[in-house]
Amino acid sequence: MSLSEHDVRHVAMLARLALTDSEVEAMRDDLNSILGHIDEIQRLDLASVAPMAHAIAVTNVTREDVVVPPFSQDVAISNAPQSENGAFVIPAIAAGGDDE
Amino acid sequence: MSHIDVHELTALQVRAGIVAGEFSAVEVADSSLARIDALDGDVHAFNQVTPGLAIAAAEKIDALVRGGAAEADLPPLAGVPAAFKDNMNLIGTNTTCSSRILEGYVSPYDCTAVARLISAGVLPLGKCNMDEFAFGSSGETSAFGGAKNPWDLERVPGGSSAGSAAAVASGMATVTLGSDTGGSIRQPGSLTGTVALKPTYGRVSRYGCVAFASSLDQIGGFSRNVEDNAAVLQAICGKDRYDATSAEREPEDFIAAARNADAAGLRVAIVADLLGMEGVTAEVRDSVLAAAKRFEAMGATVGEVNLPTSQHGLSAYYIIGPAEASSNLARFDGIRYGHRTADPADTIELYTKSRAEGFGPEAKRRIMLGTYALSAGYYDAYYGQAQKARTLIAQEFTEAFKEYDVLLTPTSPQVAWKFGEKSDPLTMYLSDTYTIPINLAGNCAISVPCGFGASGMPIGLQIIGDYFAESTVFRAAAAIERDLALDLRSPLVRG
Repeated sequence: MSLSEHDVRHVAMLARLALTDSEVEAMRDDLNSILGHIDEIQRLDLASVAPMAHAIAVTNVTREDVVVPPFSQDVAISNAPQSENGAFVIPAIAAGGDDE
Repeated sequence: MSHIDVHELTALQVRAGIVAGEFSAVEVADSSLARIDALDGDVHAFNQVTPGLAIAAAEKIDALVRGGAAEADLPPLAGVPAAFKDNMNLIGTNTTCSSRILEGYVSPYDCTAVARLISAGVLPLGKCNMDEFAFGSSGETSAFGGAKNPWDLERVPGGSSAGSAAAVASGMATVTLGSDTGGSIRQPGSLTGTVALKPTYGRVSRYGCVAFASSLDQIGGFSRNVEDNAAVLQAICGKDRYDATSAEREPEDFIAAARNADAAGLRVAIVADLLGMEGVTAEVRDSVLAAAKRFEAMGATVGEVNLPTSQHGLSAYYIIGPAEASSNLARFDGIRYGHRTADPADTIELYTKSRAEGFGPEAKRRIMLGTYALSAGYYDAYYGQAQKARTLIAQEFTEAFKEYDVLLTPTSPQVAWKFGEKSDPLTMYLSDTYTIPINLAGNCAISVPCGFGASGMPIGLQIIGDYFAESTVFRAAAAIERDLALDLRSPLVRG
């Protein structure tokens, strides 16, 4: 399997990464080299094997529904690049028409 | 009270010295901070040094001693100089993951393992340099410049817990914490001649450690000997209400397991097919085989196993790891924390430019790889197939541990290499061949020094144990450590 420039730009969009043209080119080479190696996994006959999502057996557990003090609003926004009146500030969505 | 050189002492010797009144905890802190001042300009093991926290913790220990506290009342690692990989939160310090995207971020909460180590009495010296977001095997992907190997400053210390390994190997810290997703504790441990443990998945809470691949990540310790490493695990392990994947396990006396080490009767196996893989150097292979012979001489039985699917571990890992990383790193969107691009036209541009400006090349590569492997049409071919391979790898280990107590492989196929030597990503990825299968299966493994290569650089032996068999792993590691009695002081420590 080999990725085209178009594939790389599509994946970059999905990943929300604004890559430059030269980054797209380098990324294509790198990804194709890595995929060339890891493609070998597709040759393994694993049809009858169950997938493993967790390293150790885990089951759903419940705990007492106890209220614990959360972060204060001040702490929660303390690392925000831009905030106002206790809220995160982002560019306008409704008026901006930023549909892809 | 006398002048001390804390880098000549083990963690348990530091505590004993404080208890006996030979020196104070403040003197210990001063000694470590002076050493950081003298060496870290060259080694670059630290992203941030926290002298205020170290001295304050030391004063608390000294006050306990002055108040007449009995030895048993002093915390188990009282006065031990420690540091943490910079992907672990500690309130009031920066947590950068060595990435521009988190520059300036101040932790509003504590990582459980960090908090537990501090409760155990350590002196927090600071946050250690690392590969960006733990993506790397050499330390070179740090956005702030890589850490260097204290055995040879022209060589890499390994990664991704590069600074944590280098801080211990250079004597700046006595113990440190790292995180291990595909070998990021054990491989730098091997390259710097330190003792480095990846505990069983779930043994240690991951709460407060910035997630890379949540089903693989595990926190563990670096130290200069096995007993200190056992003391670190004892302090940080156990169930944590903030991490639902942390295991309910009764505490064990890991220190006693290391102290009473005896290899007699231990069932040891060399992983023959992995040892024969392409890329492993003769000096590393010979050193591991020689260690197996030493186990035999100590009364262990030594056999061989093959783990054929584990040879495909690298492929499975470079699908699962990036897939989970691409999801985990989606939270870095420039809104709630981290770098934000200037004057974005809309929210999509805010995301795409903030992330493009904040992440370095290797982070972008892994995000792209993971996003691709999870994207429509490729999920089954890559992610699904990798999860199935993972099942077989785990089963192979389970079968092997029916017959053997521990398995032996090299930790790294080669000794520490020079900066810039491995420029293409795939070559770099291959350096984790031996450590990755253990993360996929979820069991535990330690790297313990077992010799030196022709260049004088240390070689690490990986001792792999079954799920929650850390006591057995410590026992085997301490036995070979005692038997070999290597001089593991790096040139920087010898002075």
